[in-house]
Amino acid sequence: MTPTDTTQSTTAPFLSLEAVRKTYPGVVALDRFSMEVHPGEVIGLVGENGAGKSTLMKILGGVTRPDSGTVKVDGTAHDGLTVEQSIGSGIAFVHQELNLFENLDVAANIFFGREPLRAGPLKLVDRARLREMVAPLLKRVGANFSADTPVASLSLAQQQMVEIAKALSIRARLVILDEPTSSLPMAETEKLLDVIKGLKAEGISVIFISHRLHEVERVADRVVVLRDGTLAGTLAKSQINHDEMVRLMIGRMLKEREKAGEAARAPGAVALSADAIRTSTYPDRPVSLELRRGEILGLAGLVGSGRTELARVLFGIDERLAGAVALEGKSLNVASAADAVANGIFLVPEDRKLTGILLDLSIAQNISLPNLPAHARRTLVSTNAELATAEKQKKNLGIKAPSVLTRTGTLSGGNQQKVVLAKWLAMNPKVMILDEPTRGIDIGAKAEIYGLMRALADAGVAVLMISSDMEEVIGVSDRIAVMHEGQISGILDKQEFSQENVLLLAVGKKPKLLQLAGGAQ
Amino acid sequence: MSKKDLGLLILILVVGAVVTAINPRFLLPINLANTSNLIGLFGILSIGQAFVIITGGIELSVGSLIALLGTLFIDFIAVRGMDWPVAFVLIILLGAIIGLAHGWLITKLKLQPFVVTLCGLLIYRGVARFYTADGTAGFAFGQNFPDLEFLTAGRSWGVPNSFIALIVIAIVMWVVLHRSVFGRYLYAIGKNEEAAKYSGIRTGRVVTSAYVICGVLTALSAIYFAMYTRSISPASHGQFYELYAIAAAVLGGFSLRGGEGSLIGVLLGTVLLQELQNLVNLLGIPSSLNFAVMGGVILIGVLVDQQWGVFRARRRMMEATRQNVAGAPAE
Repeated sequence: MTPTDTTQSTTAPFLSLEAVRKTYPGVVALDRFSMEVHPGEVIGLVGENGAGKSTLMKILGGVTRPDSGTVKVDGTAHDGLTVEQSIGSGIAFVHQELNLFENLDVAANIFFGREPLRAGPLKLVDRARLREMVAPLLKRVGANFSADTPVASLSLAQQQMVEIAKALSIRARLVILDEPTSSLPMAETEKLLDVIKGLKAEGISVIFISHRLHEVERVADRVVVLRDGTLAGTLAKSQINHDEMVRLMIGRMLKEREKAGEAARAPGAVALSADAIRTSTYPDRPVSLELRRGEILGLAGLVGSGRTELARVLFGIDERLAGAVALEGKSLNVASAADAVANGIFLVPEDRKLTGILLDLSIAQNISLPNLPAHARRTLVSTNAELATAEKQKKNLGIKAPSVLTRTGTLSGGNQQKVVLAKWLAMNPKVMILDEPTRGIDIGAKAEIYGLMRALADAGVAVLMISSDMEEVIGVSDRIAVMHEGQISGILDKQEFSQENVLLLAVGKKPKLLQLAGGAQ
Repeated sequence: MSKKDLGLLILILVVGAVVTAINPRFLLPINLANTSNLIGLFGILSIGQAFVIITGGIELSVGSLIALLGTLFIDFIAVRGMDWPVAFVLIILLGAIIGLAHGWLITKLKLQPFVVTLCGLLIYRGVARFYTADGTAGFAFGQNFPDLEFLTAGRSWGVPNSFIALIVIAIVMWVVLHRSVFGRYLYAIGKNEEAAKYSGIRTGRVVTSAYVICGVLTALSAIYFAMYTRSISPASHGQFYELYAIAAAVLGGFSLRGGEGSLIGVLLGTVLLQELQNLVNLLGIPSSLNFAVMGGVILIGVLVDQQWGVFRARRRMMEATRQNVAGAPAE
């Protein structure tokens, strides 16, 4: 490769891609793709899963080489980068899955493998100097924790700050954030967006990849939309808006959002009621909640506000310290998940891969697992019955897989989530609790899952949806309950829905311009 | 039968052929009968271990249990004059109770299986030695129990009854492990206990049941071992037998992480181990090298299996790539 000097005049871009093409056997992952990133510019990069974002990241990280096209960094043209060139020219990544050593402290993580050493043959780490080096980096990312904090005790957002500080420590000129907010609650997201603004002010460029379009809308100077490996469009600052991005991403308007915006339904009878439940996380905060048949009750709140814990208690995974649960008016003692399942209370858990499904089992085996005795004759499993149930669910939910015998570990996130749903749908749910049901799932599959939740509610099921995605909570729910530090801080009816109200309740304040419906307990 | 099991079977046949070529006495009926008797004794024990390993657990106390339960059994019938069927039921019950206790400690009190059963290993050995005051438990001169002896140490059509017992148990346990709802639960828990729990499986009960099964089968094999040796010195009887059982399972394709392995696998693992023992004797290898031979073969077996897995994964990837080039739609 021969570097040629083609420095442009006025606003020389830090990075520019020209007509980049990358194919994998049988697939064109990226084609005729061009983009520029200027110093201090925040680019929002959006596209559905499989649109080519990962390939683009791999090219920028030097992990893979394009088949054709040019990657120009700092005016120097390359056919493709190597990993060393990528790092050397100041391109840093903060991945969705963080790469930190949880057992080490912040400073050790930032300078891992590059620790300043004391003189002498033992090569001991110079801790004092390490701390001196880390302090300014933490200040730049606005961290409110010190260099010797163990990473395990940091929140997700704080851990991302550590990653960003790590990027700064290698004098990054372009920081690429891959889905940084997908697992962050609202308040923490705000912090992260502030950090991005700080980077921009220092002249560092940012590529912000996200499915959360309202965040892209807020922070990006320019939005680049990928669709099927090609550039679907670029939106200048003034053109950036939600609907336009979605239109470019999927090439059509999404119907689910309009449907979700319909008037609130008439509430049904109370299906599940929790009376002064106490969880072990917040033993002194009783929670009371009523979930009605045919409604989707959104459960919003910051991470750590006790939503998942509440779900786990209702599903019998965690112990209920106090309080009572009633299903359809009858008192119910849920002492284990098996009890919950036997009573038609199902949970789609937050961590799909760890608790939602068994990755090593087939789709059919996963679907039959909670209801195996019904798929057995004299305690021997009937494979035919199992396959029949699975085939039916696969068709109903549109699970994309070669067959129901496919290992679930090989499916995409959206399809895995459908398998989790399928196992419960096959058993007539009365109450369905979904914890972050669309996390890490692309827009198309999201819409399908919203559709499924709505269909469940229409069929008389009581649906409780825990979500940190504001658009989702407001777009999908019939009512929204908001939790704050282990308690329900308020319940909003449809006409009171607004991002502001949800946020205010989430931080423990009163919502604006209306009286509390449901009231704060 | 899976490819893994088939590979193991071929290995057993090849080793057998080589041993026969060097020392034809390998195929003498008396040698085969002796070896199959040992396969029967160790097989019953190993199947029990396999049920625990499939859940991701381990049962280290079985060697000591064989000493304790064997001592008790002989004491019951030879010294205390108990009817042997009564003693038989008592010993089996005791095995079940000990399994239940282990399961309870592991699932309810959340202790690690390794720790619980290691303590068991020490405790039962100590109790056995104390019970006989470090003496030997055995039959008095002229004492005999024709029915019991026929069932345990006897032969039918030249085949040791212990081996026949193993075959019957293996068939029943094969159905339990590979066809029943309970067996599916065992695999699910072994693969991912949390996810199994979130699917509404009472994982504590299922895991405890696995330890109970292991306890019962261990008790049964303890009786067989007692009737085979006819005299037990509790300080050494059954020593390291837990390792034979674990080794048989590992050779048979079980993963100590749980969720993997087949009943045929553990049977073949037992057969191979006993064949190796026999090989050491027949080929005149110093018997002090016994364990070294076993360890070496297990290590090679596990290595080959692992490398084979890597090779197959690579080949599968190559094939997928080729298919994609041919124009099939790809993800």
